[in-house]
Amino acid sequence: MLIDKNMLSEATLKKIDREVAKYPADQKQSAVMAALIFAQDEKGWLANETISLVAKYLDMPEMAVYEVASFYNMYDMQPVGKYKLTVCTNLPCALSGGVHAAEYLKGKLGIDFNETTPDGKFTLKEGECMGACGDAPVMLVNNKHMRCFMAPEEIDRLLEECK
Amino acid sequence: MALLQAINPLLSAGWQRDGHEWRLENDSGWRLKDYEARGGYQSLKKILAAKMSPDDVIAEVKKSVLRGRGGAGFPTGLKWSFMPKGSPEKYIVCNTDEGEPGTFKDRDIQRFDPHAVIEGMIIAAHAVGAARGYNYIHGEIYELYQRFEEALDEARAAGYIGQNILGSGLSFELFAHQGWGAYICGEETGLLESIEGKKGQPRYKPPFPANVGLYGKPTTINNTETFASIPYILRDGGDAFLNLGKPNNGGTKLFSVSGHVNRPGNFEVPMGTPFPKLLEMAGGMRGGRKLKAVIPGGSSAPVLPADIIMDCTLDYDSIAKAGSMFGSGAVIVMDETVCMVQALERLSWFYYEESCGQCTPCREGTGWLHKVIQRIEHGHGRPEDLDLLNDVSNNIMGRTICALGDAAALPVLSFTKHFKSEFEYHIEHKKCLVPREIQKAGSIFHTRLMAGATC
Ligand SMILES: Cc1cc2nc3c(=O)[nH]c(=O)nc-3n(C[C@H](O)[C@H](O)[C@H](O)COP(=O)(O)O)c2cc1C
Ligand code: SF4
Ligand code: FES
Repeated sequence: MLIDKNMLSEATLKKIDREVAKYPADQKQSAVMAALIFAQDEKGWLANETISLVAKYLDMPEMAVYEVASFYNMYDMQPVGKYKLTVCTNLPCALSGGVHAAEYLKGKLGIDFNETTPDGKFTLKEGECMGACGDAPVMLVNNKHMRCFMAPEEIDRLLEECK
Repeated sequence: MALLQAINPLLSAGWQRDGHEWRLENDSGWRLKDYEARGGYQSLKKILAAKMSPDDVIAEVKKSVLRGRGGAGFPTGLKWSFMPKGSPEKYIVCNTDEGEPGTFKDRDIQRFDPHAVIEGMIIAAHAVGAARGYNYIHGEIYELYQRFEEALDEARAAGYIGQNILGSGLSFELFAHQGWGAYICGEETGLLESIEGKKGQPRYKPPFPANVGLYGKPTTINNTETFASIPYILRDGGDAFLNLGKPNNGGTKLFSVSGHVNRPGNFEVPMGTPFPKLLEMAGGMRGGRKLKAVIPGGSSAPVLPADIIMDCTLDYDSIAKAGSMFGSGAVIVMDETVCMVQALERLSWFYYEESCGQCTPCREGTGWLHKVIQRIEHGHGRPEDLDLLNDVSNNIMGRTICALGDAAALPVLSFTKHFKSEFEYHIEHKKCLVPREIQKAGSIFHTRLMAGATC
């Protein structure tokens, strides 16, 4: 897929418009978090150019948008693999195998946290509580899909599904 | 769950256990028609038909002694009564930014009962005179954000939200706002900043949101479970709700039980239920091992050793008397395989990571706490480290803009108080009192037993 650095797609802009409409007419900047999510979906990660596009579209200073992008953990300010796996290792999960699930993934993928496999397919991240501690081990696939009860055979299945 | 269905049918009615998972009787049970079939939106209809005044609604909620389920336990009716009358622009905000380690009740409410939250918010909007509301949803549960948007569409199409609701003249618009990974946005003013499109850095209080809230306008902000409890109160009455629990602690409450139990999950029980009863509902201790400690209210609450928690009942007063906090009702259970130094190291990392950095005592202090605990855990602890931890903690407490500072300090103070000998052993012998293999056996892939389960 060809990614145009200089514009956001029509589809993305339409989604942003829908978000802008949720807020009072003079509070367009409230849609910035959603806009950055859509921009990240489209481009894969948030390059400075992409952040500028969002800023321009919402009439915000670039710096203000950059601050938001860097404050929230799930925005990717660096390129990531095709599948970003985020494993919760916080204490409640750790008591039920969260850390072991992360170790298992590290072994399988041959990478550590914050690294990407050489083929660009997987990035591994350590996450904080996802509000699903009863279902540990818990992980997120590309920010948006939660997978629960991730025993080794479930992790194997997940990796196979990631084509 | 039969008992629970009978006592508070709008909160966890129909949630069933299928193997190790909670689910609904049918997969579409969260939808409008199923919610209506369970008695949903009856309270709203009743209020509108009877032309119940905002003051009467607030009086009913006060009578119920519903206390905020987000952590602070502030009486909900009282909070609503602080909203100024007559200002033209007011807001209702729901806090579904559930990220306090150990807490996972709001996720199940959003998963199984999004309409209970919507109905509660509409009733609240009527009570405080707000025409617009937002539900701020934790970044990590995007699929439930999408579900909530679908539920909103259903409610809009049925005339429960929008202009002139059910012909009553009441108007209320409600939207979902997606978070994107920042624990501090669970703090109410950080959350408001976040909706305003900024970094989620908490504001000084006062002024409180009831006076200066979202976009500078009067705002009522409550937790998801708080709103989800409202329909029941308005349908069966504040007294009925209060009587489910005990004086000063109205109603039932969802407790999220995690850690070393056989069946982690959410359990709705009356306030005042003895702790051993909850432990039993969660299937008892995993592998029949011995209970060591419990964090009763989410990771920010002080830890309690087994003998103390076993004598507690689950309500604000009993837990406070025992020296901890009821918090969000997240019960983290730890057995004898846990090394308390390692457990605290992980928690202290969390607070360090999630400090928003505005206040020096919190920004620097959380870093110090983690550094010192880490060095104890890794065999480089010094004899003076326990005093140092105490010092740093006390220098954070009460000196910060928001309660995250205290939340970082309280675990440190309580772990080192109740399990002092373990910390001392670590410092002296450069290793754990609990052997590594035993620690590992306690936590390794518990869920191997339940392979095949999905969300
Ligand atoms: C660091 C921090 C994190 C918090 N996280 C949450 C949260 O995830 N959900 C929540 O409802 N309240 C959370 N709170 C409490 C809120 O600030 C606020 O008290 C609550 O949403 C009010 O609703 P309630 O009165 O219905 O409990 C947090 C507070 C602090 C200081
Ligand atoms: S106490 Fe910590 S998290 Fe709260 S405002 Fe201050 S620096 Fe931010
Ligand atoms: S600690 Fe992992 S989801 Fe809560």
